[in-house]
Amino acid sequence: MSAAPDHNPTFAEVTLMQRLDKALPVLLIPLLVVIGLLAIGNPSSWLTLTVSGLAMGMLIFAMASGFTLVFGLMDVINFGHGAFISVGAFVGVSVLAWLGTWTEAPSLMLNVLAVLFAGIAAMGISGLLGWGFERVIVQPVYGAHLKQILVTMGGLIVVEQMIHVIWGPNEIFINRPEMLKGAITFGAVAIEKFRLLAVAVGLILFVAMRLVLKRTKIGLIVRAGVQNGEMVQALGYRLRLVFIGTFIAGSALAGLGGVLWALYQEVVTAGMGEHMMVLVFIVVIIGGLGSVEGAFIGALLVGLLQNYVAFLEPKLALISNIGLMTAILLWRPQGMLPVVKAK
Amino acid sequence: MSDPILRLSGLYTDIAQYHILQGVDLEVPRGQVTMLLGRNGVGKTTTLRSIIGHWQARAGSITFDGADVTALPVASRVKAGMGYVPEDMGIFTDLTVEENMRLAARSGPLDAARLEWIFGAFPALKTFWGAEAGNLSGGQKQMLSIARVMAEERKLYLIDEPTKGLAPAIVSTMSRALRDLKEQGASILLVEQNFAVARALGDSVAVMDDGKIIWTGEMAELAENKALQEQLMGLSMEVH
Amino acid sequence: MLTKLLSGDSPRSVILSALLIAVLVCLAFAPFLFPGVRALETAATICIFIVLAASYDLLLGYTGIVSFAHTMFFGLGAYGVALASTHMGRGFDALIVGTVAGAVLAAILAAVIGLFSLRVRAIFFAMITLAVASAVAVLVSQMSGLTGGEDGLNYKIPRELTPAFKLMDDKLFGVRVNGKLLNYYLVFLASFALVLVMLRVVNSPFGRVLQAIRENDFRAEAIGYHVVTYRIIATCLSAAIAALAGSLYAIWLRYVGPDTTLSFEIMLDILLMVVIGGMGTIYGAILGAVLLVLAQNYLQDLMEGAVPAVEGLPLLPELLSPERWLLWLGILFILSVYFFPTGIVGRLRKPRA
Repeated sequence: MSAAPDHNPTFAEVTLMQRLDKALPVLLIPLLVVIGLLAIGNPSSWLTLTVSGLAMGMLIFAMASGFTLVFGLMDVINFGHGAFISVGAFVGVSVLAWLGTWTEAPSLMLNVLAVLFAGIAAMGISGLLGWGFERVIVQPVYGAHLKQILVTMGGLIVVEQMIHVIWGPNEIFINRPEMLKGAITFGAVAIEKFRLLAVAVGLILFVAMRLVLKRTKIGLIVRAGVQNGEMVQALGYRLRLVFIGTFIAGSALAGLGGVLWALYQEVVTAGMGEHMMVLVFIVVIIGGLGSVEGAFIGALLVGLLQNYVAFLEPKLALISNIGLMTAILLWRPQGMLPVVKAK
Repeated sequence: MSDPILRLSGLYTDIAQYHILQGVDLEVPRGQVTMLLGRNGVGKTTTLRSIIGHWQARAGSITFDGADVTALPVASRVKAGMGYVPEDMGIFTDLTVEENMRLAARSGPLDAARLEWIFGAFPALKTFWGAEAGNLSGGQKQMLSIARVMAEERKLYLIDEPTKGLAPAIVSTMSRALRDLKEQGASILLVEQNFAVARALGDSVAVMDDGKIIWTGEMAELAENKALQEQLMGLSMEVH
Repeated sequence: MLTKLLSGDSPRSVILSALLIAVLVCLAFAPFLFPGVRALETAATICIFIVLAASYDLLLGYTGIVSFAHTMFFGLGAYGVALASTHMGRGFDALIVGTVAGAVLAAILAAVIGLFSLRVRAIFFAMITLAVASAVAVLVSQMSGLTGGEDGLNYKIPRELTPAFKLMDDKLFGVRVNGKLLNYYLVFLASFALVLVMLRVVNSPFGRVLQAIRENDFRAEAIGYHVVTYRIIATCLSAAIAALAGSLYAIWLRYVGPDTTLSFEIMLDILLMVVIGGMGTIYGAILGAVLLVLAQNYLQDLMEGAVPAVEGLPLLPELLSPERWLLWLGILFILSVYFFPTGIVGRLRKPRA
């Protein structure tokens, strides 16, 4: 027999090191917030920007979470993920227009209900589209990254063009529901109401997702599947079903992100999904492909940085995110919290 | 005891362009430990992977507990009663020991009595119950991988090299646990390179070479016949 | 002699050879065969897109890496010429400085992106190039002081390459021999030379290693080739040639703008050209470019013509409107990846293979 591994490793120390390792990325968020304050100087503008950065981050996270899980589970790169964002936005906006009497009424409850319905409709349609997309576009190209990238990109274009066919060639401007317009002011600080709602929705989403992933059996299966899909099957679970479920859920979340993003920007275009995918890619790359926590941290970093830089030097906003990605990849080439694939 | 729990007939499995299994015929009797022996690279792991379904056989059939499972997906074979411990242990390192065990109990919560039995065999797992499995030592990971398959009653246990690379102290813990399993009347198909362990556990033996079974018989017969060992495996196996 | 010119990579199919010769002859004599401004524009565009698509094939087909930044490199070459011509004044020196600067910058940028992404996972490359390319496109349209923003840049090129320059007073076979004609032949000959260079590259030992990596990168690494280095070199080469194509385009058009060089639609066109023509053959990129540019210039008219015919029917007019061109490209793209993965060249070569 050759030398065997140590039977009694220094267990506590390893944990401490690893904890530190995992905690570092989280600490980047407060670090960025503090740097933002120093750079901006004016606390009230800083607070406004921080809230809108967090809101943006939460929405990007909603869009990115499905993408990263789908990759983690089945090694599928879905460049067409942006299609669900756009479709969700258009469906949601149509529902809001249809519920015009609710959105125009000066009642917070009716307004929120309208947004809720729009969100549910968007999730439903995007989820359905995701199901079809998985069957028609993704399934025939399992295991072939090159074809996956090409075919899902083709799928994105087709869906985008169909949006033009259905909803017309132009962008649609929308009004936020009556009570979600304007800002709440605390002294000198003005914070848009809708951004607060977006932060709240994003937080609820993140907490709910964490609970599902940590506490439920299905979450356990998904987390295990991201690491070692073969073993999950060998324990008797149908990985394929789990994957389809995740794909649909991820598409639905992208759709929800789409509606909220449309309300955030007050405009929808067929190309918005494609544009958001640029941010989604940056977020999942810096977060570590396949990692939900990583995507969350990455999304907040991107949202905050984008807002701070847009205030300081508008032209550099998008480039600043490329800079962030470069810096993080220099620090950790696999992203902040890469998923350890057990092979 | 008449019909075997598992029968492979004329099993051919390809991996990419390589023909790894070239007509494997094997019967695993109920309530016994069958050792699958042979040099490295003759197809032992591929045989186990074909049985559980990670590789789809190109030709031949797999009969499990009287039913043909050749075309079934992995999950259905597990549901039918197979349990599998892969050579690389397949530990979910990001999950805790507890979560690994919960996943292993497919049909519901962990059975308390079983858990006591597992903790009895592997006390380390109790100590590190809430810890991330990635932080376990190699031996503890191997214990966890065996514990997972013990978490539910299986009709057949497929175990690939459970003592590979382990310190002697842990090898004996492992063999004790497997003996325990055997004494409960389990049917086990075990791939093992450590002949001492194989001899202590095995009832019958199948020896593989070049993708085929070249010899089957009783463990006692092989254990006493050095010449046969050398002839079958091309090397004399060290006996500790 | 011919085989040597083609670096020993003959088309290996009678039909394919015939098609390629036809393309070559048509392009070589385009001004005389197809009179008219529009035909000449189309011919020049075909030449340039052949180079662009073939340089993309170098990456996609020969190394199996998907890049979405090819238009960015194309744009670098084009803006290089435009900026040099704007700031140095009209002249051949400006064209040369702009072209060289564009190609060198493209290669450097490609190397940096490659170092960041290919070192880790090849799939990072697709995502990172998409992110970087769209950031650059946004930057270009925002920095209007330097780049002219969305409007782009108009500039003067040497008089010898413009219609104002007359070489002969008489017409030659009914064609005016002026600077425009010279410009066309500059584009044609440069494109022809670049295609031969690329054939040379893919049939060199270097090219063979690339193909070995595409087939099985683990094995290539095991044999002792440093996969990442080869991939990065291929990326740089492909980017530099794309930039050269961009410079040619800028010289031909005397205008650059985000829509003509950087847009995502052009990226899709390139992808489609390579996939439909046949990945990993260079010849496929040639056929794909010809087909797609022709379709874009003439088929859209046809679609426009079809719209009145289906007027009144539900949905069909919208589906057939030329604005929905991309829809059909997208569908064609998906179908060709599924059912036609070896492209036209693959199909033509098959019976003999």
